[in-house]
Amino acid sequence: MLIQKPADVRPSEITPPELYARRREFLKTAAVLGAAALWPNVRAATAAPDEDLKPTPYKDVTSYNNFYEFGSSKTDPAQYAGSLKTQPWTVTVEGHCEKPGQYVLDDVLAPHQPEERIYRLRCVEAWSMVVPWLGIPLAKILPRFQPTASARYVEFTTLLDPAQMPGQKTRLLDWPYLEGLRMDEAMHPLTLLATGLYGKELPNQNGAPLRLIAPWKYGFKSIKSIVKIRFTETQPRTTWASSGPDEYGFYANVNPDVDHPRWSQKKERRIGDLFRRDTLPFNGYADQVAGLYAGMDLRRNF
Amino acid sequence: MNPDFARRLWLTAKPLIFIGCLLPLAWLCWLAWQGQLGANPVETLSHRTGDWSLRFLLLTLAITPARRLTGWNRLQQFRRMLGLFAFFYVSLHLAVYLIFDQFFDWSAIAADVVKRPYLTVGFAAFLLLIPLAITSTRGMMKRLGKNWQRLHRLVYLIAVLGVLHYAWLVKADLSEPLLYGGVLAMLLGYRRWRRWRGVC
Repeated sequence: MLIQKPADVRPSEITPPELYARRREFLKTAAVLGAAALWPNVRAATAAPDEDLKPTPYKDVTSYNNFYEFGSSKTDPAQYAGSLKTQPWTVTVEGHCEKPGQYVLDDVLAPHQPEERIYRLRCVEAWSMVVPWLGIPLAKILPRFQPTASARYVEFTTLLDPAQMPGQKTRLLDWPYLEGLRMDEAMHPLTLLATGLYGKELPNQNGAPLRLIAPWKYGFKSIKSIVKIRFTETQPRTTWASSGPDEYGFYANVNPDVDHPRWSQKKERRIGDLFRRDTLPFNGYADQVAGLYAGMDLRRNF
Repeated sequence: MNPDFARRLWLTAKPLIFIGCLLPLAWLCWLAWQGQLGANPVETLSHRTGDWSLRFLLLTLAITPARRLTGWNRLQQFRRMLGLFAFFYVSLHLAVYLIFDQFFDWSAIAADVVKRPYLTVGFAAFLLLIPLAITSTRGMMKRLGKNWQRLHRLVYLIAVLGVLHYAWLVKADLSEPLLYGGVLAMLLGYRRWRRWRGVC
């Protein structure tokens, strides 16, 4: 597919191989730290300096994925997503807009220059990564379809094709995968339609050829391999929220104060770290997005 | 078969099985050393030690039915070892949680165990295993007499709690916990069935 080459990834953003290889010292470090537990001050000494936005190694970003369309294990998508055909790719636009229709993906993307955004990604399962995405702000694309005044929400749909997505032969979730955003969330400058990561095309297991990124929400909101965008007046039904209404909400904003009913959301393990770190409200993007939810009870609208 | 040869075969089997029981741990250590535990090594360690805890529990519970079905009464001699290995892997599993998930933050651990049902039942299973491990010696067996067997029937409850612990934490795919649950149901069902037939 057509990918306009953006500015290259800055060398500073790429994890040096020496640093990456240090993970091999995992068990050695673990043994030492296990013993060190007796001396709490050692803990402070071993805590890493704040490297909050150091990108997670490419290998981990592309081999540890939740993409149930290819199986429920984290390693399934990298193993099985090769069967997904991303070329040609059509995106259907429907609902409350002046320009509905079937669009070839390249035409959707053509007028825009992909931007690099280094975002934290926080999974609802309490792990996180930092990913250098390539993408186009959704706010630049949606207006081209001229949503009408009654378009209050946007619904996204993943491809439904069990032949290409073997996980869809199971009934783990109600296929096709659906997600949605309120219009103001969709138009927020942080919201991205991603087409690549680490300066390259999106690998299939990461949601090729087109996926959503809403970095202040749990990862399951960032729907992969999108084939349909629909403008709606009412809040769309979304897959995980229907699968477990008490456990997964429509908003799904990262919130350390609202636990998943079965586990805590206070902390997370950044992939590559041994120990867990505190989870930040709105995944660290509170300054930019908290205003969207002013006056809302975030406990109720989890 | 020559009875003397058979006897020696059973005798050598025990140390071999002991070594076999350590292989999952050795394999994990090797993977860790090679940096092959995947993107989330702590999660891998936690899941693998949890898997082996359940497997050893089920193997322990399979000894009696296997002995009855095959008539190899010698199988009995492996039961304690398998049970203790279940305890060993549960301890490793718990250690991973205490060290890497909570880093010995005891108040957070207590709050977590009380609040999260999957942790409550998992931790309960661990606690219940302790008296069984302690009283697994021949001396204790003699000392407790009839009560020994009554105490060790706790293992049925422990196994149920273990499967529940697993089932309670998966997001949508229940197939693996159901597999363990199915095997456990068969092992417990076999005992029930024998009781019902009155061949205790």
